[in-house]
Amino acid sequence: MGDSADAKRLRNRLALPYSDVELPLNLDLSRRDLLKIAGYGSLAAFIAACGGGTTTTTSVTAKGGTMSLGSYSSDAAPKKGLQDVIDAFTAANGGTKVKINTVDHGTFQNQINSYLQGTPEDAFTWFSGHRMRFFADKGLAAQVDDVWNDVKSNFTEGFAASIKGNDGHAYAVPTSYYPWALFYRKDVFAAGNYKIPTTWDALKALCDQMKKDGLTPIAFADKDGWPAMGTFDILNLRLNGYDFHTELCVGKQKWTDPRVANVFKKWSEITPYYSQAFAGLTWQEAAQQLLKKKAGMYLLGLFVSEQFIQSGSTAELDQLDFFPFPDMGTQYDAEKALDAPIDVYMLAKKSPTLNADSGQAKAFLEFMSKGSSQMTFWKSAPGAIPTANDADPSQFPALTKKAVQIVSSAKRITQFFDRDSRPDFSGPNSMQGFLLKYLSNPKADTSSLQGQMQSFWDSLPPES
Amino acid sequence: MANTTTSVAPARSEAPGAGALVAGRPKRRYTLLTRQDKLLIALMVGIPLALDLALIWGPTLASIVLSFTNWDGIGSVTAKNFVGFKNYVFMFTGYTLFWPAFTHNLIWLAWLTFIATPLGMLFAVLLDRDMRGTRIYQSVFFLPVVLSLVVVGFIWELQYSPTDGFLNNAFGLVKSGHLIDWLGNPRINLFAVLVAASWRHIGYVMILYLAGLKSVDPSLREAARVDGATEVQTFFNVVLPVMAPINIIIVVVTAIEALRAFDIAFIINQGKNGLELLSILITNNSVSEASLVGFGSAIAVILLVISLGPIILFLSRTMRTAS
Repeated sequence: MGDSADAKRLRNRLALPYSDVELPLNLDLSRRDLLKIAGYGSLAAFIAACGGGTTTTTSVTAKGGTMSLGSYSSDAAPKKGLQDVIDAFTAANGGTKVKINTVDHGTFQNQINSYLQGTPEDAFTWFSGHRMRFFADKGLAAQVDDVWNDVKSNFTEGFAASIKGNDGHAYAVPTSYYPWALFYRKDVFAAGNYKIPTTWDALKALCDQMKKDGLTPIAFADKDGWPAMGTFDILNLRLNGYDFHTELCVGKQKWTDPRVANVFKKWSEITPYYSQAFAGLTWQEAAQQLLKKKAGMYLLGLFVSEQFIQSGSTAELDQLDFFPFPDMGTQYDAEKALDAPIDVYMLAKKSPTLNADSGQAKAFLEFMSKGSSQMTFWKSAPGAIPTANDADPSQFPALTKKAVQIVSSAKRITQFFDRDSRPDFSGPNSMQGFLLKYLSNPKADTSSLQGQMQSFWDSLPPES
Repeated sequence: MANTTTSVAPARSEAPGAGALVAGRPKRRYTLLTRQDKLLIALMVGIPLALDLALIWGPTLASIVLSFTNWDGIGSVTAKNFVGFKNYVFMFTGYTLFWPAFTHNLIWLAWLTFIATPLGMLFAVLLDRDMRGTRIYQSVFFLPVVLSLVVVGFIWELQYSPTDGFLNNAFGLVKSGHLIDWLGNPRINLFAVLVAASWRHIGYVMILYLAGLKSVDPSLREAARVDGATEVQTFFNVVLPVMAPINIIIVVVTAIEALRAFDIAFIINQGKNGLELLSILITNNSVSEASLVGFGSAIAVILLVISLGPIILFLSRTMRTAS
């Protein structure tokens, strides 16, 4: 860290110590430029010539060299999308080699603490919300204010807020987001003459009708533990409002509150309509129930569309549609709140190579902030929507356009329970386990369960 | 820190056994060993000892110390991280998953002891009788042992999946609409997982026992037959006592398998919803994103104390045979 920032930037721009052999190949120098360099014989002119040879206007770009990326995009579709973006980055950035380390999505999350403290890659894929601020507070994420200053004009205020740490510095670039909503098939709704329910009672009536028609009204799967949190979030938001929900997530409200009991009570009115044996089903299996017209609706993120794409038939994908969770008849209906988690790219402060690769890694973050790069990724992984203002929405199918619209019309947006709350409260042996326990007997009195949740919360160590 | 030393005390109970060995060696002032010999011995003892201290005792002591903290795994442990017995108090009184996990480990142990291990022994005895195709049966039963428990977990997940799994489809439950949620129903999923674990454990015990049976002197059986003993009598009164060393190994293997049970349950649903096990609580609390290292360590210390039982049994047995 002895170098001044300027010297580092200069070195990065030249990529001298690490790729000096490749330098002549990577620089797009005209004959005139070369003459200029020869003529002045100064380093300054050399840099100026280099700058002139590219169209990049950003301040942190480095050409050539290497960088590494830790990725949780382990599913086939997003993995391919990321590879496409990286190939484009390598091509656009003078052959920068990106060493990508793809780790299974769940494993990556479970090991994030030791990963970030050990020898992480320069950049890594992560989530916005409390989950990002936590690592910023712990000094495991590097500030990227310079990157953000270069790219912030390409993002709305909401995204700008989503990547700020508690200290006000930028720690990430947002690259995609997706809403949670009730998904359905248009052809199934047309065949059954079903109407989109806008109220809680209409939803239940629709479920009854679907049941009569031999459908599983609501596909549900909770073997993974986290999907149930999505239903908890939306019910709590509708019944008790955004403020209560976010305060509950961070411990400013009690789990023993009667308002939480009310969430469980309302929830139990739709659990009879759920898929059979849901505690043993994965979300992919439940998505298949929707795809195969065995289930009528499914409350999940937009990524449910990936199962439709994998079926290989665009006709199936064209049938997929969604509607926002119905109103519950409270004052909070007007908030139109929903979960719309934002995925981000960050830099790992403890990366042993970050000092050397800083320019390349920051250039990569800037590259990821471009609408064109995000669109490349989106083509393989359309379950999430690009965040950049200059992403071309004309390419979006109706489903994605609608998803953009539902998020922008929401007055309050949450990330998702496990991104808004403490990681030690959202794990398999805490919140996930509590919700599964509730779901194993939804009609039972929940006061003892709520007591357990609160006493678990109280046992957690202070966060700072 | 006084707590730390008292907690180590149970481990010292092995010391008399180890001490006896050393005491048996006569102490002399002069020695036949050259300096080179001494150096060699020092190296041969020192290197394993250093490894043992660094890789076994170091982490063990660290766990015990950490169990009195609320450390989150980030940065260094400072004085204000120490919270006394808070983790232990919460574990025994407030943490609703500790006793279920403890019970599940006990059920695991009972299942392996009374069902899987006897079955493995039975298979070994049957296969020892030179029946036709014994090699094929041996291979079939032993095959799962070659697979890691993670793979075993995957295989059985495919059998148990409610809608796509083999079992529900084979029994026509998918068609009739009465799905059995093998892995999601907290009342039955532990037993479903135990079947999967046994699938592997039976083969393991079988091969161990078969090796032991092969080494039993045939003349003992002949003598028993001449004396008019039935097959069953011969097994229980002659073969079984001769096999005492193998039996101990199998008891210890079974106990250890039950205590370290982890992989299958973790693969299936990360050990929640009825599949909680002590090892999983340790992992989910201390290794995962949750990072409650202090609390996870407290559970680990309890598991260590429980594990000392079979370890001491095993050590005292082997020490006795050695002396």
